[in-house]
Formats: sequence, C-alpha cells, structure tokens
Amino acid sequence: MSKESSLSPEAKSVLGAMVSRRTVLAGAGGLGAVGLLAACGGGSDSADSANSVRWGNWPLYLDYDEETQKYPTLDKFTAATGIAAKYFEDYNDNDEFFGKVQAQLKLGEDIGYDVVTPTDWMAARWIRLGYTQKFDTANIPNKVNILDSLASPSFDPNREQSLTWQGIMAGFGWNVEKNPKGIRTIDELFAPQNKGKIVVLSEMRDTIGIILRSQGVDLQKVTEDQFMNAVDFMAKKISDGWIRGVKGNEYAVDLTSGDATAVIGWSGDMFILAAENEGKFDFAIPDSGGTISGDNLMIPSTASAEGKANAEKMINFYYDPVIAAEVAAYVNYVCPVKGAQEEMEKIAPELASSPYIFPDAATSKKLSVFRSLTPAEETTWGEAFQKAAGN
Amino acid sequence: MSSILSKVKLPYLLLLPGFLFLFTFFILPIVNLAQTSTQTPIANGDTGQYEQTFRFANYIDAFIENREQFARSFIFAICATLLALAIAYPLAYAIAFKSGRFKNILLVLIIAPFFTSFLLRTVAWKQILGEEGFVVPPLRTLGIISESTTLTSTSFAVVIGMTYNFLPFMTLPLYASLERIDPRTMEASGDLYANGLTTFRRVTLPLSMPGVVAGTLLTFIPAAGDYVNAAILGNPNSKMLGNVIESRYFRIVDYPTAAALSFTLMAAILILVTLYIRKAGTEELV
Repeated sequence: MSKESSLSPEAKSVLGAMVSRRTVLAGAGGLGAVGLLAACGGGSDSADSANSVRWGNWPLYLDYDEETQKYPTLDKFTAATGIAAKYFEDYNDNDEFFGKVQAQLKLGEDIGYDVVTPTDWMAARWIRLGYTQKFDTANIPNKVNILDSLASPSFDPNREQSLTWQGIMAGFGWNVEKNPKGIRTIDELFAPQNKGKIVVLSEMRDTIGIILRSQGVDLQKVTEDQFMNAVDFMAKKISDGWIRGVKGNEYAVDLTSGDATAVIGWSGDMFILAAENEGKFDFAIPDSGGTISGDNLMIPSTASAEGKANAEKMINFYYDPVIAAEVAAYVNYVCPVKGAQEEMEKIAPELASSPYIFPDAATSKKLSVFRSLTPAEETTWGEAFQKAAGN
Repeated sequence: MSSILSKVKLPYLLLLPGFLFLFTFFILPIVNLAQTSTQTPIANGDTGQYEQTFRFANYIDAFIENREQFARSFIFAICATLLALAIAYPLAYAIAFKSGRFKNILLVLIIAPFFTSFLLRTVAWKQILGEEGFVVPPLRTLGIISESTTLTSTSFAVVIGMTYNFLPFMTLPLYASLERIDPRTMEASGDLYANGLTTFRRVTLPLSMPGVVAGTLLTFIPAAGDYVNAAILGNPNSKMLGNVIESRYFRIVDYPTAAALSFTLMAAILILVTLYIRKAGTEELV
C-alpha cells in the first residue's frame, strides 16, 4: 500500500480495534525467545472433544471484536455447526511450538490441539515425520477455493493434509521521512541514512531469500554455496554496523520508536503500521523480487476422530469466501481464498483493491517461494544463519 | 521404643517433600540434559533426531565455537554486578541508617518492581533508551551523543538492563547485613578518633561483607545465564551464551550442543562462585 491510499471509516475502525491489542502484545509477544517464558499453559485443555475443536494459532491472526472480546467468525462457526471452538493464541514461533509438542507427537499423546498453524517449511517437517492426518475431502468441499498459486506446494502437492491459513509476503518496509524516495532495491536499503538503523527478519527464508533474489538467484534452485554467500553478505552488514537487529515481529516496535528506519519485513505488519501512523511508513516488494510463504491449517496426528471431523468442518468454514473476506479485513495478510476479493468489495471496497491482501498479477510475479530444504540442509543452513545473527 | 524410632524418622519425613520435588524437577532434568549432551544426529534422520553415542567432544566443539558469547556472558555479568553494587550499597546504607520512619516504605519500593513482569520491565527499557524516549533527545541536545548514536541495541543497554533487573537482589541482602550492624560499634570507632571514612572502611564495610557476598552472588549468577536482556536490548554483536543456547535448542533444534553449553556454563559459574566464596571467606553466609 502507498501513503496516499485512504481508508473508509469501516476499515479504519477495524484497524483501530486492533491497535490497542497490538500495542500490548507487540513488545512481549513478538519475540520468540521471550514469548517462551510467557507462553506456558494454554492449549492443554483436554475437555470434551465430542463437540469442540481446539485451534492453536499465531497471535492477532483472527478477526477480534475489542468490545465484546470475542472472535466474530468463530462465533458464527459455532452458531452454524454447534461445535464449540476453543481458540488459543499460543503459536508464537514455529521452532518453539514444535519443541513444545514434539515429544508428545512422537509418543502419540494428545498435544491439546485439533488444528495447528505451522509455516510452510515447518508444515513440511510435520508431514515428513507423519505428525499430521489426511483430510476427509468430503468434509471440506470449499477446498477447491484455494488460490491456484498456493494449490500445489512441494510439501503437499495435492493439499491432502494442509490448507493455507494466510499468505505472507516479505519485502522492504521503511520510514517515509527518512527514505522519501522509498526503497525498491537492496542498495537503497543499505543507503547511508539507514546505517545502523536496519532490522531484518529472523525468519531465515525471508531475509536470505530477499538477499538471494537481489543477487539474481532462483529460490527454487538455490544451492548451498549461493545460500552461504548471502549469509556472508548479511554477516558483513552486521559487523559493519548497518544492521542493528535480526528479529521477528518486534521490528514494528523499532520502526515506531524511531530506532529503525528501514527493515526487511512482512506485508501485514507494514500495512497496519502504515494505517496506524498515517502514512509514516511504507512497504514494497523489491524490484528484484520478494518472498511469499504461508501458514497452514493442519490436523495433528494426535487429534481424535471427532476432533478431526470438527477441525475439518472448521477449515471448510474458513474457506468460505464470505468468511475469508471477514478474516482478511482484520488480519491484512494475503487471503488464500478465491472469491474473497468479490466478498471484500461488499464490506470494505478499498481493501478489496489492496495488492497486499489480494496481490495483482504484477505483484504475484515478483514473489517466489523458498524451496524445501532437506533435514541436513535445514540444520547446516540454519546454523550458518543463526551464527551470522550472533547466536 | 516407638518414640525413638519416630525421632529418627521424623527428619527424613520432613525432608521427603523437598527431596521429591528436587528429584523430579532438578535431578531428573539434569540427568536427561547430561544424556542429551553427548548425543549425535541419527544418520539420515530428520531434524531434531539424535542418538546416544557418548561423544564428549560435543563439549569442546560447542565451547570453541561459542567462546565469544561465553566471554561476553561473564564480562556483562561482572559489569552488571559491579554497577549494581555501586548503586545498591549507598542505597541500602541510606535505608538502614538514615531513612528514619520512611524505612518500610523505601523497602517496599525496592520490591515494588517485582509486581510487574520481568519481561515488561525489560521492554520498558527499550522505550526509555529509544530514539523518542527520555534519555536520547536531551543527550543529543547537550551534544553528549552524536546524531547517529543510539542507545538501544547496544552492549551498554544490555548491561544497564541487567543492572536494573537484578538491583533488588543486590539491595536486599546488603540492607539485611547493614541493618544488623550494632550502631554502637560505629560510635566506638568515633570515640577512638576514627573519621567517617576510616569508620566505614574499618568497621561498617567489613561487617557488611556477608551482604556484599550474598548480593554479588545473587546478581552475578542469574546475570551470567540471562538471555532476555540481550535479546530485547542487544544487537547481534552483543548476544550472550543464553541466546546461543536458546537458538540452538529452538531454532536449529541442535539439542546436544545446547545441552553441552548449558553444562559448561553451569560448571564455569560454579567454579567462579566457589573461588569467590573461598576468597571472600564468609563461612557464616552458608
């Protein structure tokens, strides 16, 4: 989105409702390391699975009504199906969540969730290890609504056990006062006015992916040499004092406090930041290309038959374009459901034309998916990246 | 007969709850950690799958690879401990001897930060030291720091954060041992023509040494293992060993290295603390 785009009162109120919650959570919840301390508990509610479904999702990732303190679409789901939804905002971090439930998955003990929401590469690991259950397609007729570009990822080519919850684009975000011309290339990111005030994502595939794209590398065919080369590039920028942090969502706090002036960040965060701060921030997919990934709805192998059936009904419900549009109006990430754009026209027309929720052909063309890594690559590449980040 | 038996048994019965608790939540995890620390990845296994091969070289590899963060952990912890001591000693002294009827209020104020989460207090420092906080703009105006210097995401911020977070642990033991000093010993020192400084050096300080040792230990030990301050207030060049352990465990899913580093850190702290207590020679402390 650009700074001149004006939002309707409805959209503003939707965004406004998020702000207070966001400000509270942004500091504490964003940080994986620290989220750990706070994120004990929750999800372990083993109550009557007979008519309920337990969903572990990322914070601030579902429409929420500040006044009634309820999730409107979840209430609609319960009203429509009679299934009680227990919603846990405790999926703070892929690795951390996996670390928390891995032992139980291995032993086949209930992990406390019927639906989880891992990011693509983590979804690939769950599938590889046999920790998910295949969908009963009869329960999810709306599955056909998934966007073509997301319909056949390498980790689940026929979408038999995963469906995208939201798509996430990574690109450049910047403070408009400090970067009046905007940032479209990696050289513009590492421009003198941003020295020491750049934050990049701790999600390896996004940060290194964008660097690799700027070096002309195809993310579907990236080799170890190319990857390490890009990691060296980042390490050099850190040791030379250009990059002040390698972080998760909390780069948003650094941007608002003025401690960061340019970032490699996520579209959804930047969209909200720009709306909250009246055009003080902007976001763009790099000319050389950005990355897109998704968080996936999946049913853990430990869910009971009833829990699984209820989970399937819930996934089906969220793949209804009307519901998907309601969610997208709140979360502002890439909506994976066909037909939602038309539905969005009815509730918030200016969001329907946002290339950040419904990427147009030109934006889509600039986005690519980081290829699946082998377990060995995951370890060595991850190690190199963490090392460069000082860990 | 039965009364003798129960006399023998009673202490053990009293020990039982504590022992069971420590066994479950300390001994078992430690044994588990020790086992993990010598494992190696299963050939062709998936991420996070390890088998026991008793590879003790894990310790050496882990140490060599992360010696920088290791050194930083101890340097930061020592800096934070010294800073906290410098701030807490006058504070505790004033509360113990000069505060009069405000003593209790002041003590409550020392403990007051504990009513808020550790995390939120650390995040608050980010705002305080941030570009639009209360510190940076005045310093810029006065020309003390340059336009491009920032205070967040620096080693300085990490040490300040740790000093702040552990200050009550330094202040309270200092207060407790200063409070116990009999004021007449100081009067006696004055009667013997010692001036204020000499009295402090020869009487007050030596008598408060148990508090100094307890306070420095209570600050140094958690500070050396801390990772929250470095994660929130630091930058990639100010990460501590705690951050490495966290990233090894959760990011890279390299449990053996994380476990080996944890053990090495524990051993190093234990050795340093033992040497320190020997040197300080305060048996009455333990």
